[in-house]
Amino acid sequence: MLDSFLLRAALAGLGVALAAGLLGCFVVWRRMAYFGDATAHASILGVALSLAIGVPTTLGVLAVAGAVAVLVFMLTDRGLATDSALGVLAHGALGVGLFAMALRPGPRVNLESFLFGDVLTVGRGDLALIWGGAVLVGLVVWRNWGLLLTSTLSPDLARAGGMDPRRGALVLSLLLAGLVAVAIQVVGALLVTALLIIPAAAARGLSRTPEGMALAACGIGAGAALGGLALAVAVDAGVGPATVTVALAAFAVLTAVSRLRAG
Amino acid sequence: MTLIAAENLDVSFGRTQVLYGVSLKIERGEIVTIVGPNGSGKSTLLRSLIGAERPTAGRILKEAGLRIGYVPQKLHIDPTLPMTARRFLDLPRRVPEAEAQAALEQAGAQGLMTQQLGDLSGGQLQRVLLARAILGAPDLLMLDEPTQGLDQPGAAAFYQSLAAIRDRLGCAILMVSHDLHVVMGASDRVICLNGHVCCEGHPSVVSVAPAYRELFGTQTKGALALYQHHHDHADHAAHHHPHHEEA
Repeated sequence: MLDSFLLRAALAGLGVALAAGLLGCFVVWRRMAYFGDATAHASILGVALSLAIGVPTTLGVLAVAGAVAVLVFMLTDRGLATDSALGVLAHGALGVGLFAMALRPGPRVNLESFLFGDVLTVGRGDLALIWGGAVLVGLVVWRNWGLLLTSTLSPDLARAGGMDPRRGALVLSLLLAGLVAVAIQVVGALLVTALLIIPAAAARGLSRTPEGMALAACGIGAGAALGGLALAVAVDAGVGPATVTVALAAFAVLTAVSRLRAG
Repeated sequence: MTLIAAENLDVSFGRTQVLYGVSLKIERGEIVTIVGPNGSGKSTLLRSLIGAERPTAGRILKEAGLRIGYVPQKLHIDPTLPMTARRFLDLPRRVPEAEAQAALEQAGAQGLMTQQLGDLSGGQLQRVLLARAILGAPDLLMLDEPTQGLDQPGAAAFYQSLAAIRDRLGCAILMVSHDLHVVMGASDRVICLNGHVCCEGHPSVVSVAPAYRELFGTQTKGALALYQHHHDHADHAAHHHPHHEEA
């Protein structure tokens, strides 16, 4: 059944979109858009390293994105995560990654598939990894929902309730790094942040509770993934850019509708 | 029975020391108010007690299993985060409908259940925060400037509901205020803070203490005292009453 590359692509997009919708809400609530950029751009460095030492790219990306996630977490924790520091980190990693790839001997690597994703080449192993990751993200977020939500709203309230808001921040950072690592193949390093932020932002106007917003974001993300695939096949465009385009259209429509309803 | 105690607490932000050797004890059932001018370290002291600030010296002792209800001075709600008052009470754990209803009523926030937190007025939000703080039947309720933005009758009513909560839960209440003479009547004990503990005791004792008068001016009987004190820590330190050693 998983023989059709289109079916595999649809399932891969769906898995990534669901996890991204959920985590994307936290990215929006906590204003962590920079974080998605930093880890995603750093993942190019991870690709370069994997190719250099000959390990699967997912592994290299996971390692580098994880390291950057911990670094950003530590900078934020110490109040050193300035706009410029994060910019240096994100774009520095991207630049060095691209440079390192060019240095590599042998045939040139097709960069485009890493920057914009190449979901049509997803294999069964990738699919297992994506869905395993998505289930893991769902489970961890569900188990820590109270902590994550309270510390997002107010770290002091979390502290007073005997919770450690830093643990919440670290858990989210690592989950995001993991998501970026598996999402690279689907939407690419340059569009991962879009998949995190746009569905969540589109879901805001529809929701009255955080749970409602998370569900709506997952739904919008899933719709964008499937719609994007269909659009890409129909007009012969990249699936990643088409997915983001559909998500953006959903955002525009939903935002306009909720504005009109609010008067 | 002592619920929480601070011993010789020093707290600094970078190179700026905010608290100097602060010691205090809170016993079950008492209402204690910390008063002090702006920048005197009142909020920092509360935040140290809940564990949000790490003291540079000294220590904090808590009774085992101490449950703290905390009402922060402000709650910034990011407009991207949808949150009804009812859902807020469920943080971090779900509470039964009846309990949520009762807590809102005791805090004077009935009828706000379905409202978005971001749409509430300052006073309404304060009461919803109070409702959440009392939900877990805390041993110690800590409030940071809870009557900010309330007029005097509003503040007096708020303190009355606090006293009722104390009587019902048997908890201690520790709050920060610069709402001097209203809060004085509502407290069992007042701690006058200006980086260090200037004086403490029963409101009637503190209000005539030289250190208190020096901080808040001599006309402490009226609300005018709020506006007339022009003490900052620098010129304060030049005065004669006992002070911490300046670094």
